[in-house]
Amino acid sequence: MRVEPFDRANPDLSKRDSGSVKSVPPRVPGFYTLLRTEFTLAVRRRSDIVNPLLFFVTVLAMMPLGIGPEPEMLARMAAGLIWVMALLATLLSQESLFRGDYEDGSLEQLALQPQPLYFPVLAKVVVHWLVTGMPLALLSPLLGMMLNLGEAGYWPLFVSLALGTASLSLIGAVGAALTVALRRPGLLLALIIMPLYVPVLIFGTGAVQAALDGYGYGPQMAILGAILAAAAALAPLAAAGAIRISLEN
Amino acid sequence: MSAQPDTATNTVRELTLCVSGLSCERDGRVLFEGLEFTLNTGAALQIVGANGAGKSTLIRTLIGTASDYTGDILWQGAPFPKSLPELRTSLLYIGHNAGVRRGLTPLENLAWYGASRSDAMMALDAVGLYGFEDVLCQQLSAGQNRRVALARLYLPDPAPLWILDEPLAALDVAGVASLETQMRDHLQRGGSVLLTSHQPVDVAPLEKLNLADFQPCPEENLEQAYAS
Repeated sequence: MRVEPFDRANPDLSKRDSGSVKSVPPRVPGFYTLLRTEFTLAVRRRSDIVNPLLFFVTVLAMMPLGIGPEPEMLARMAAGLIWVMALLATLLSQESLFRGDYEDGSLEQLALQPQPLYFPVLAKVVVHWLVTGMPLALLSPLLGMMLNLGEAGYWPLFVSLALGTASLSLIGAVGAALTVALRRPGLLLALIIMPLYVPVLIFGTGAVQAALDGYGYGPQMAILGAILAAAAALAPLAAAGAIRISLEN
Repeated sequence: MSAQPDTATNTVRELTLCVSGLSCERDGRVLFEGLEFTLNTGAALQIVGANGAGKSTLIRTLIGTASDYTGDILWQGAPFPKSLPELRTSLLYIGHNAGVRRGLTPLENLAWYGASRSDAMMALDAVGLYGFEDVLCQQLSAGQNRRVALARLYLPDPAPLWILDEPLAALDVAGVASLETQMRDHLQRGGSVLLTSHQPVDVAPLEKLNLADFQPCPEENLEQAYAS
């Protein structure tokens, strides 16, 4: 990006025409600006990224201490444990998705723009996934190894988590948008979106289990992909509607 | 000064926001009823009223985020909510929560509103934030944050209709004077301003609208209650 130097003494007034009010289309941030802004904010709030990851790793590290170190038992439970923890970690980070924007008024500014809210919501969700779901998926083979997950399960675990957490972020955005006006949404948010998380969990663990049992896991992945496609098309729309309702009161 | 509009894209638009018989309710309490006013091109309207009189609710009704009202709101002669999208394309709204992200710098905040770097620098210089453009807004004071929000008014080609909720809050004397100058310029360009404020605003032509004049009379309500 070219950065123009700003000469304070001689500001470039050529573009300024204060003659009259014109009917220019209003400035709206483009999708790239939205993405970059969200990413900058996410990187500056590092604790929001690190906390869910830390939770994910710590709880999984505790598991063998709690349920015993027998390799066979751990291997049987590994996929389910990792998936449930990924689900909870995503849920934990979801609450703050729209909160900051709601409190500082920028959500209201977005809602006032003539362009649909779909893209700003999508940008937020994409960044949320990049900083929570994606690192979880990248870490998962390591944790699989720790829990004695069979080698055949690493790849399906990673792919199913990458696809699945993206769906989770999208679905969770609807819940976060519905509860953004509430002061302490905690349990309500979980109640709203947990049932919607269930299909993703079933097919995610199903894929890993099938791979471990030596079967193909294509169908489960296809269903996870289909869930993701449907969620990407519909969830931001639902979240946008929910934001407009939340802003009314 | 050659301020005549020339080409088709540069035409000065006549603005009219007309409100008649507007009543707003919040949590079952009528805030005001029978509210009437018209805001025309080149005019400013200051809404005054005690805390809780319904200033912010009125503003939220006008920008369409609150829809709990009876009465008519007309933008360019067309009724709400049909004309709402059109109003929003000519609207620059700064609310009580000013839409400044604390985790961004003033420059990044203005970029989020679609301003180019040089425009944003000029606007920040105009609000006295030159030198603070790369400081995170959470490290700036309340007044400085307010100035970041108000810098949007100094960007070139601003939207014609300004709706400002408490723009003078937390501003110092010099900031208020600068904002008043900017609003006067905007009115001269053919824009209009609707603002709420508890302080006197030195802008002409300025109309004042006191929400207290439109409050449902409490005594009457009592009498009605006794009669029934």
